[in-house]
Amino acid sequence: MAEYKGVIVCGELINGKLPSITTELLGCGRNLADDLKEDLSCLLASDTLGETPKEAIAFGADKVYTVEDPSLKEYQADTYLQVVEKLASKISPRIILMGQTSTGRDLAPRLAFRLGTGLSTDCIDLSIDPETKLLLQTKPVYGGNAQAIFSCSTMPQVVTIRAKAMSPMERDDSRKGEVIPTKVEIDMSQVRTKVTEKVKEEVTGVKLEDAPVIVSGGRGIGGPEPFKTTLKELADVLHGAVGASRPPADNGWVPEALHVGLTGKIVAPDIYIAIAISGASQHIAGCSGSKNIIAINKDPEANIFREAKFGVVGRYEEVIPAFTKKLRELLAG
Amino acid sequence: MPNMIVCCKQVPDPEAPPVVFKVDSTTNKMTLPPDVKPVIGQYDEFAMEAALRIKDKAGGKITILSLGNKLVRDVIKKTLAVGGDELILLEDEAFEEGDSWSTAYALAMAIKKIGEYDLIFCGRQSSDWDAGQVGLGIAEILGIPAVTLARKLEVTDGKLRVERVIPDGYEVVEVGFPALITVTSELGSLRYPALKGIMAAAKKQPTIWKPADIGLELSQVGAAGRRVELAKLFQPVKEVKCEIIGGETLVEAGVNLATKLREAKII
Repeated sequence: MAEYKGVIVCGELINGKLPSITTELLGCGRNLADDLKEDLSCLLASDTLGETPKEAIAFGADKVYTVEDPSLKEYQADTYLQVVEKLASKISPRIILMGQTSTGRDLAPRLAFRLGTGLSTDCIDLSIDPETKLLLQTKPVYGGNAQAIFSCSTMPQVVTIRAKAMSPMERDDSRKGEVIPTKVEIDMSQVRTKVTEKVKEEVTGVKLEDAPVIVSGGRGIGGPEPFKTTLKELADVLHGAVGASRPPADNGWVPEALHVGLTGKIVAPDIYIAIAISGASQHIAGCSGSKNIIAINKDPEANIFREAKFGVVGRYEEVIPAFTKKLRELLAG
Repeated sequence: MPNMIVCCKQVPDPEAPPVVFKVDSTTNKMTLPPDVKPVIGQYDEFAMEAALRIKDKAGGKITILSLGNKLVRDVIKKTLAVGGDELILLEDEAFEEGDSWSTAYALAMAIKKIGEYDLIFCGRQSSDWDAGQVGLGIAEILGIPAVTLARKLEVTDGKLRVERVIPDGYEVVEVGFPALITVTSELGSLRYPALKGIMAAAKKQPTIWKPADIGLELSQVGAAGRRVELAKLFQPVKEVKCEIIGGETLVEAGVNLATKLREAKII
């Protein structure tokens, strides 16, 4: 039986750069590898990787396995799965870390089942049990109403990690590491799906994940219009972005890209203003990392007030325009 | 006409107010008051709706598969009332306390026993453990392709065309039969059952399969078949206390809120 050793991060690339989720995974992986006194490696796969292997080292990796192949330009389950499965079989890692992203959600369960091992998705905390050396995997369950700690004794231990749950290391370009170009034969006959079209649903203004301030609306907003007027005006004053809970996205009042929640975007702005949002656990899961939650809701019993630092009980149609006007004055002065 | 299978899980109502969810730390289990009724997982309802929409246009048969113990007939029969044709329950004490692995394995074995299928639908994740693994696990065990996060589906020329949600929009994916599809909320809510459907469903009896009926040993199902162990279930203590800002009028409350945020140096 192979000896399972080391921690490997499955990195992602967005526009030729490492996105924050990958540097967060490297930060988390570095701590776990240090606890185990083993190596941290990183897998990067795309058509061309540019400077990203060096970046991965600067953010904590000891080794970077690079797989460059024209068929890996865009993520496809049936090609990427072959790459990760073959590398995992070759290097027998103890722990595989992936992001709880569009790619990670799609890839990690396939990988775990193919390798015959267990998986915990959407982890927010990871540590090594000092006695068993097993990975303790903490994840929210019941829509965020509780948390569970799992462990898995089949190897490798595979987890996906929620965005913004872990901290990246400070970038250090003087860190030394090894880049290992790796050839993986990709069998195109195993690719059973075909992407025929990609459609971008444009969202103008500040990107939700990067916004320091988010003004979000819920079911109680009542329709698409206020997102473009009342909420947008408030967001503009604070140089923030407009978001939404699930019902406005499901009803088509806003594009899905604005959906904040367990199954939408996970955000952690300085200020999160929740307007006419009841505060279902699924929504809180997407915004609970915010520094300050401010709630406006006409129902004093709404769950959102259990999460908020400041709140106003009342109809948003009356509260928000006055709030926006006063903020504009304060910020101008 | 496609043969379809929809996997549905019975879960505690996830829309119940958060305060009623209480963990019993001695048993590591979630306890809920008896007035919180079980429901079909919300994402599994979207999966059911996806299959129904295909049946509306292309015809075919829908078999619903559910795994658990002491499944509430009125809850699970909703899938028949809205237009499902057959209901198979993997129902046994031994199926309890499974993880994604043992659940996917049992469902896959049941699907093999059903034999003929073109499309399998699952919700993107369950509404209790939120793992999002079982659908893809079934596809891996059966060795069939899978497309996740479907929001729209169309059968054309013996193929399935899926709109799959990606971070900044969607992609169109084509896949042949058989395939497994996981469905997300943007697809739309499950239709309401018609009275006729409810009455027809009441008369139908589900087929019950035990582990042995799908060729599984007791050691392979439920808690015994787990790959991931639950060490602890807990509820973190919340520290936030909300300060409610008032005023003579709501306009004044809005103004006071802005002033307060400035005082607290938040803006």
